[in-house]
Amino acid sequence: MRELSLNILDIAQNSIAAGASLTEIVVAENTREKTLLIGIYDNGKGMTEEQVRNVQDPFFTTRTTRKVGMGIPLFKMAAEQTGGSFTITSEVGVGTRVEARFKTDSIDFTPLGDMSSTITTIVCMNEDKDFIYIRSVDDEKFEFSSAEIKAILDGVPLSEPSVMSWVEGYITEHTEQLFKN
Amino acid sequence: MKSLEELLAIKQKAQAQIAARDADGKDGTRVVVGMATCGIAAGARPVLKALTEEIAKRDIKHVSVTQTGCIGMCQYEPIIEVFEPGKEKVTYVKMTAEKAVKVVTEHLVNGNPVIEYTVGAVTE
Repeated sequence: MRELSLNILDIAQNSIAAGASLTEIVVAENTREKTLLIGIYDNGKGMTEEQVRNVQDPFFTTRTTRKVGMGIPLFKMAAEQTGGSFTITSEVGVGTRVEARFKTDSIDFTPLGDMSSTITTIVCMNEDKDFIYIRSVDDEKFEFSSAEIKAILDGVPLSEPSVMSWVEGYITEHTEQLFKN
Repeated sequence: MKSLEELLAIKQKAQAQIAARDADGKDGTRVVVGMATCGIAAGARPVLKALTEEIAKRDIKHVSVTQTGCIGMCQYEPIIEVFEPGKEKVTYVKMTAEKAVKVVTEHLVNGNPVIEYTVGAVTE
């Protein structure tokens, strides 16, 4: 993956597939310590200890069409190659928590990339689920909640192209603001 | 800076469009983008973005864009499928944002599938 935001898009699909009604995506940057935390927390069906072990193995998948599943292994590798860390914890019936920590000054750090596009895709293509996106840079924080947007839209689909363009612009502008303060 | 008030205005416009669409009673065209690990790694996200932006820009009604998982031909990703009511499905492979724009203008607007981007032409 060329951008971490693409890994996030990919991992969030797992939460959706796990039937999560609410998924929280956290991207927290610490410019002083030169670290980046990416967290994806869902209330989906969860996994057993054995499944948690298996998903970190590239030659495991729950899919029956083919024998590989690359999503989690690629994300784990992206974190560990910077000298960071990766954890995945899960409880059946409760949900799954994926956390990746990156050292941003590592030569092997993959750029975060276009998070606005990732969040827009996740939120607007999964109308029946809720998402909270929390983006922070040091002490500045921006929070985006799909429930709040849906309340305003009052039945107009999030996948409506004009709505998607607005969502993307809204997230982009508020993220840029974090760096100005 | 974009505000929630602005979204309210977009909602009102969209509501009017949806009402007009429903009054027509026509079944819409569905454009489906493959968004599994394979599709995303190959560049599906900019393809999806280009599709929705072009459709919004041209104010095309009767077309919805949705995502799906792995279509099963990972080597040909990004893949998009166009389902038009009463017509056979058209599968486009190895898409880019530029090609997606051409699919919108040629296929969705003018009704002529872009043969050279289809799976049949690429795998020949």
